Amino acid sequence: MVEHGDIRVVHRGGSKINFREPVLSHDSRLLLCASGECVKVFSSSTEECVHDLQGHTDLVTGVLLNPSNHLQAYSCSADGTVRLWDFTDGILIKVQLHCHHVSVQPLSVSVFVYLLMCMCVTLTRLLSSSQGEYIASAKGLHLEVYFFKKQKSYRFSLKEDNKKGAKNTFTCLSCHPKDDCIATGHEDGKIRLWRNFNHKREYTYSTLHWHHSAVSSVRFTPEGTNLLSGGVESVLVQWRYNQETQKDFLPRLGAAITHIAVSPDGELFCTAHSDNKLTVIQSCVKVSAVIQGLVKGESVRTDLMVDPRSKALVLNGKPGHLQFYSLQRDKQLYNLDIVQQEYIHESGLQQFEVVKAAFDTRGNWLATVEERKQKDSTLELNLKLWAYDEQTQSFVLNTTVSGPHEARITAMCFCHTADSQTTMLVSASQDGHFKAWQLESNHYFYEGPFWSCDFVGAYHSLVPECCCFSADGSLLAISFQEVVTVWSPASWELLTTLSQPPGAIRDLCFGRQSCSKYLLGTTAKNLLCCWNLLTCTLEWSTSMDVSLLLSDPLSENMAAFCSHAGLFVFKPSEPRPLFSHKAICSGKVTRAVFAPREEMLESCEESSQWLNRSQLYFLTQYMDLMTFITKAEEDRLMASSKRLVIDDSVAVTPFYLLLGKHRQQQQEKQDRSFSAERNQLPQGSVAIKELLHTPAHVLPSASFLCSMFVRSLLISVTDKEKKSEEEEMESDKEEESECEMEASTMGQGQTAEAQETAAPALTKAQARELRRVKKLDHSWLSSLLDS
Amino acid sequence: MASFKPTKIQVYPKLGEKVTQDTLYWKNYKAPVQIKEFGAVTNIDFSPVAPHNYAVTAFTRIHIYGPFSQEPVKSFTRFKDTAYCGRFRSDGQLLVAGCEDSVVRLFDVSGKVALRMFKGHTKAVRVTDFTSDRYHILTGSDDYTCRLWDIPNSTELTSYQEHTDYIRCGITSKLNRDLFITGSYDHTLKLFDARVNKSVMTMDHGQPVESLLLYPSEGLLVSAGGRYVKVWDLLKGGQPLVSLKNHHKTVTCLCLSSNGQRLLSASLDRHVKVYNTTNYKVVHNFDYAASILSLGLAPDDESIVVGMTNGILSIKHRKSSEETKEISGQQKRRPAYRVFVKGKNYVPKQDDYLVSKPVKQHLAKYDKQLKRFNVSKALDTALETWTRFRKPEITVAVIKELDRRGTLKNALAGRDERGLSQLLNFLVGNLVDPRFAPVLVPATEMILDIYQSVIGQSPVVDVQLQRLQDLLEREIGYQQDLLEVLGMLDTMFTSSLPRKEVPCSETFYRRF
Repeated sequence: MVEHGDIRVVHRGGSKINFREPVLSHDSRLLLCASGECVKVFSSSTEECVHDLQGHTDLVTGVLLNPSNHLQAYSCSADGTVRLWDFTDGILIKVQLHCHHVSVQPLSVSVFVYLLMCMCVTLTRLLSSSQGEYIASAKGLHLEVYFFKKQKSYRFSLKEDNKKGAKNTFTCLSCHPKDDCIATGHEDGKIRLWRNFNHKREYTYSTLHWHHSAVSSVRFTPEGTNLLSGGVESVLVQWRYNQETQKDFLPRLGAAITHIAVSPDGELFCTAHSDNKLTVIQSCVKVSAVIQGLVKGESVRTDLMVDPRSKALVLNGKPGHLQFYSLQRDKQLYNLDIVQQEYIHESGLQQFEVVKAAFDTRGNWLATVEERKQKDSTLELNLKLWAYDEQTQSFVLNTTVSGPHEARITAMCFCHTADSQTTMLVSASQDGHFKAWQLESNHYFYEGPFWSCDFVGAYHSLVPECCCFSADGSLLAISFQEVVTVWSPASWELLTTLSQPPGAIRDLCFGRQSCSKYLLGTTAKNLLCCWNLLTCTLEWSTSMDVSLLLSDPLSENMAAFCSHAGLFVFKPSEPRPLFSHKAICSGKVTRAVFAPREEMLESCEESSQWLNRSQLYFLTQYMDLMTFITKAEEDRLMASSKRLVIDDSVAVTPFYLLLGKHRQQQQEKQDRSFSAERNQLPQGSVAIKELLHTPAHVLPSASFLCSMFVRSLLISVTDKEKKSEEEEMESDKEEESECEMEASTMGQGQTAEAQETAAPALTKAQARELRRVKKLDHSWLSSLLDS
Repeated sequence: MASFKPTKIQVYPKLGEKVTQDTLYWKNYKAPVQIKEFGAVTNIDFSPVAPHNYAVTAFTRIHIYGPFSQEPVKSFTRFKDTAYCGRFRSDGQLLVAGCEDSVVRLFDVSGKVALRMFKGHTKAVRVTDFTSDRYHILTGSDDYTCRLWDIPNSTELTSYQEHTDYIRCGITSKLNRDLFITGSYDHTLKLFDARVNKSVMTMDHGQPVESLLLYPSEGLLVSAGGRYVKVWDLLKGGQPLVSLKNHHKTVTCLCLSSNGQRLLSASLDRHVKVYNTTNYKVVHNFDYAASILSLGLAPDDESIVVGMTNGILSIKHRKSSEETKEISGQQKRRPAYRVFVKGKNYVPKQDDYLVSKPVKQHLAKYDKQLKRFNVSKALDTALETWTRFRKPEITVAVIKELDRRGTLKNALAGRDERGLSQLLNFLVGNLVDPRFAPVLVPATEMILDIYQSVIGQSPVVDVQLQRLQDLLEREIGYQQDLLEVLGMLDTMFTSSLPRKEVPCSETFYRRF
């Protein structure tokens, strides 16, 4: 096997952004969050990613603002380093090396404290107080407070279970920024406020209870007036500190809250949700921005698919939804609500889940299967067919078939022909039948086209496992355990059966284009078989433990993932693999898909030719989305990222790029045309600067200042006159002090006079006035500054 | 932020007959007008001319009704005994009727006394008709003869004695004055030609013939007798074309819709069936209260008149197009378009500042309660009398939703006697409905678990539980019977299928 040095496996987006608490910058404009191996900086207003802070070589485990410089942030990672960043410009300032596991959790205002903790996983939360006097940690049923000055720690324990069977385990904690108070959240949904904890015995606590299940995050606002809490109910609760009976709610945040962060000025809240989402909330009232990453549950039940229209990756999203995720922009496009039912945020409930989905070739139809299995009741199944609506640019529900099969649906696929008049869907189920569904145009009862069952087939009451249409749609292959049956969809005749070599079929795939006469299958006995459908015989077979087999829709290539994460890319007609790679990731590859490229690559190298038309994405066991990248492509990407140097904290949206460029051009033009005139303007006039920089409430009335302001802009006064004026001013200095009082009182009348005598030259009195006003301003300003 | 998603009410396909063009056409009649006659209504005949009055022969009278009158316009009562077969001449001026006393009477429609009396039959005359030249009368009698009479001279022209049993139906050709057909209880139909003075064609119906009908083209003849309706092709020498057996009692009357596309047959089994004349499939069915003896269809199908053995004449008039519209209009709310559209069609001007108002989501009552997690109240609202009886699918959907939320037990528990009996009443009504059973059976089990302890405390609840038990026992019995039948059918199918010579005996069937 040849290893190809120029093709590399890379992470491609979709990493968790809710892994650790997000951090809001001091001016609340930026939002920092740990995301895989980098720290992402989002704009809190436009939801766009401003830039990534790249440098860590492993998972970033924490992000924290530098308390001494609010433009810097620390990040720590599982690679054992702590890095200091200038996050507005995305520059790495400092790297500190440490041992294996570093987790930065503490928050302190006076000193930045970071702790080395190998036990960080087991400890629930660790926080130090505002003044840095103590540090509190909670683990299991114990709360431990360590006082720095006394060098002493106190430990408070709760009973394992109280009478009602509720669980007292600590889940989170937060320290009050001013008072000596620690808020802790518990498994049973209670929040305890601990006070007086600097004594071993006389500590007290009060209990707040609203959440019905575990509190996952509590947080005091910076002023300490409010306490925020959230949990699986996806409701943000705001408790008034010391008036705990008053609470505000912000319900329907979409998914369970995992972390809460508050901006330093208390204006914005940010909540992280279990569905890889960050929500920016304006003062507990309004959701102002939602940053949605790739939603990843424990597993993807639907296959990875590519929407033929938007070229977006489609997979399970939020519970009951399908998400459309743009691979190019690393951004979720939208969520399609499949189940259309109110989601109850409660753990342990069996809810409907989307288990299968399929697109037809042109993306006009989407078929989804949702199921719900309760412990002792029957399986509930729904097959839904969605039509693409050109006007709304989204899928609209066309037909719902409740109970399409009596048991779980094992496979589902659309007929692939691009030019056929009728669209056909085949579903195979564990009840031993497969059904063909066809679009019917008219019916006496329903309006418009709808789907109905056309054919029900079975073979020896065996369970059908996989189904696959040939490239031209003239053949349908269905595997019934050890037998592959080939049907003709036109007449529903069983054409032939293939059962050599023996072994239960795990995967079935037709070749494409020039190889469409081949049918490939993998068996449970570690064989990869290729049948020739013209002769109905086995063409070749090879011993290979294939866990996943898929074909590239744009070429003849097939990809086979071995169970030890090896990858082989081959053509069914050629004996030699085009590409092979050992151990592309740790663990097994569960799902993969060929996504068509936006623009074709012109790679001539044999080993990377298979990546020319489409790109192979795959999901690992740990739900990491990965892809293959060639050297040339990588270089190109690097070059393009360097070109985009962003000097503003405003996100680079396409809109911004368009408008910004336009504006820049305009500015340049203006600069060129007006440069001569502009130089003459009294830009550096002290009076104007003062006027503009003084707060409005300390200035004299605008009508009073107006005339002087206008006059100061005039260039009529020659240098000579100015000089003479200055002399006069100096001589008048003595009078100023006397007239100070009058100036403010007589302001109104004097402006009137000033307007009447709008002569180009200043009279003595007027000049004196101007100076008097200036003097006045200064004194107010200085007093203001002093205070 | 996501809004509350309302509970999904499952839409079940409508059971029962399919809605076709025919159903729509034949259902478009008003509620029937019922008139009580003195005896069984044996014949109904529509006048061929404009107001289309119809003559109803019942007992000893013939009543003539106007198209919309409920009182007879005219009555002929000068019969000594039961009158039979009052028929109009093609100009609507004259009416002929037979009688039990063997005398045939000819009336002027405007007069009262019989113009002519034809005497010659020896037994009751059951069949009378005018020939197409208007000057002759055909009669058929229980004395096995049929005769032709001349109206101006009131003399008998010919007598045919070919039948060997009662003649109970007959029809004259509308195109040829010399041809007529009679049907008799000797199971035969005979086509007579007056020019040769004998029958030229004989067809065997197989049952005593009760009624005859000629198509407007007169190429096809329809006969009814026993449970059969048979169609004969006269142009092919009386070849049987099709035999229909859709009634389960004797078919008494036949009728053709105005455009000749549909054939109607009435029977003693109280049904009127409508056939498509191209494929002779039943396309619609009317039910009546008693056995039907006579049937009449007004020109343009304006009304269907049916006479029954209990002497009731039922008249259904077609809904006019305005009436159809009016009824659909009444269903709408009164304060109409103008009120709802108020201000909505205002087009903002260019500089107007638009303030968008959030659209308020309208939720059903039970959804409002569900939104607040008031599970018991939600179930209460779904069990309100109107919903419970009229829209059981809503109640079932709410129960299903509660089950999905895992709070069904809480919602069902803690009910008083009234609430519980209401719930049980609903279950008794809907438990065995195959559409609802998957949801309601677990709910019923839950109720029985919860309220085990209170059995025997309230007579009301006990009665309901007893009903529930009876219902379930009956249902189990039905299911067992059905399974037995299914087993029998399976054996029959297997034995009837030819053995296939295919190595792999795949089973497939097409579903429509």
